[in-house]
Amino acid sequence: MLDLLDRLGAVTLGALARLGLATLFFGAVFARTWRGLKRGALLVREIHFSGVRSLAIILVSGLFVGMVLAVQGYEVLQRFGSADALGSLVALSLVRELGPVVTALLFAGRAGSAVTAEIGLMRATEQLAAMDMMAVDPISRVVVPRFMGALVSLPILAVIFSSAGVIGAYLVGVELIGIDAGAFWSQMRASVDFRLDVLNGLFKALVFGLAVGLISVFEGYHAAPTAEGVSSATTRTVVISSLSVLTLDFILTVLMFRGLN
Amino acid sequence: MSHPVAAPLIELKNVRFGYGERVVLDGLDLSVPRGQILAVMGGSGNGKTSLLGLLGGRNVAWAGSVHVDGQDVGRLNGPGLYALRRRMGMLFQFGALFTDLSVFDNIAFPYREQTNLPEPVIRDLVLMKLEAVGLRGAAQSMPSQLSGGMARRVALARAIALDPMLMLYDEPFTGLDPISAGIIGRLIRRLNDAFGMTSLIVTHDVNETLRIADRIVLVSDGRIVRDMTPAEVRVSDDIFIRQFADGLPDGPVPFHYPAPAYGRQLLGGASGSGGADA
Ligand SMILES: Nc1ncnc2c1ncn2[C@@H]1O[C@H](COP(=O)(O)OP(=O)(O)O)[C@@H](O)[C@H]1O
Ligand SMILES: [Mg+2]
Repeated sequence: MLDLLDRLGAVTLGALARLGLATLFFGAVFARTWRGLKRGALLVREIHFSGVRSLAIILVSGLFVGMVLAVQGYEVLQRFGSADALGSLVALSLVRELGPVVTALLFAGRAGSAVTAEIGLMRATEQLAAMDMMAVDPISRVVVPRFMGALVSLPILAVIFSSAGVIGAYLVGVELIGIDAGAFWSQMRASVDFRLDVLNGLFKALVFGLAVGLISVFEGYHAAPTAEGVSSATTRTVVISSLSVLTLDFILTVLMFRGLN
Repeated sequence: MSHPVAAPLIELKNVRFGYGERVVLDGLDLSVPRGQILAVMGGSGNGKTSLLGLLGGRNVAWAGSVHVDGQDVGRLNGPGLYALRRRMGMLFQFGALFTDLSVFDNIAFPYREQTNLPEPVIRDLVLMKLEAVGLRGAAQSMPSQLSGGMARRVALARAIALDPMLMLYDEPFTGLDPISAGIIGRLIRRLNDAFGMTSLIVTHDVNETLRIADRIVLVSDGRIVRDMTPAEVRVSDDIFIRQFADGLPDGPVPFHYPAPAYGRQLLGGASGSGGADA
């Protein structure tokens, strides 16, 4: 029993220490973000590495999610004789929830893990130390551009995901099942509110980009400088990012849609 | 220059340093005159890399003082420290080349980050540094395509890019074949003399060290225990020196890591038997 308490105490202390470390680190990152922004070329490179390289997985996933939504949505809607509402069901699901959330989860696995591995390897092979000894600050030069890359890429990818999803739903709902194309689009246009749905969805994606970006660079920067250290940091990035995204999504959803009904 | 030539470039006084509870350096005194190549020898874990960290300001001494070119390294703030580091070069144990940049871009890195030189000038400077280490032909290679010795030479070219007054080498010969080690050794000597630098080499390669160093100090138990010239080392019958120079397994520097009594541990009495007592 005492042993259990002992272990619980140690785990809690460890977690608190890591949280403190993370807070200091995030402070250092934010303090250098403005300076980092002036290095446009570095930022463009990271948007390419994180964003453009995630494009294929985002497009394909979006398309399939949209197609599945169409099949499932049609099955339920036609029971109530409102199959025409398929367009609005699909668009709202994508723009409000699935676009930002699934994009963030995929992004954490595709780009976040790569960023963690890259920075962790730079730590393990003393590249960060070498940079520091050359009087070049590794947080400004290495961390900030990668963090900003995630922050900028994720909302754009979420929009692409939702668009691909709508196209997928159109292909299945209109071309395959035979819903009226005019009804599909007009229902969608009538029910999606720009501020309430589109902007809120984008805001979610931005918050997820912030979370996934910070977690990825933190885990890489503070990875143990060994092969095992880098590999477990990569795993932690995916796990912690996913849990954070789902938790944040719940909180944001409650805040955004509270009191509307 | 604001300091008389006679003032040593490096001056450590009564330095104490460690990690957490563990004391690594204790009561270390060291002074290195300008222009010299000083070799610091000692077994693994004796705090040689930590000593380089103190000079570069990556570690801060618990007590005592560390001066480089008259500046108290431990007291420097961020910009002051970076200003000092721009006049230092460090060769890391495995080179620490940026793996995502070509050889050319690795050496161009310090110029692009620290100067406003136009790209054509940078190109000429990079090629000059590469020529100095004999690798101008490898400019377009990626670090992963280089042998260990070549990578170390590229890293050396990068470290001397801004013509530092002080070069720090962390085990520059480790893991190299004798020919590559010889090439690196001669380069260290030639660059030191050609560019009027001062060099500090942390190493346990006795052969190379005797060939190129002006002075050799031996670190043990956190402090300098011997301070000699290569000529003195060759003829010395000091047991410390002989253990190092001849590679004897046991001597003043013990072969065994501190452990509970062997007999007792085998019989299961002492702790430290791992999972057996779980
Ligand atoms: N960052 C660190 N944290 C904790 N202990 C360290 C750290 N770096 C080195 N040490 C320990 O300090 C001692 C001296 O290390 P180091 O200076 O690397 O010695 P050397 O270069 O002579 O092998 C070693 O026992 C090492 O385990
Ligand atoms: Mg070492």
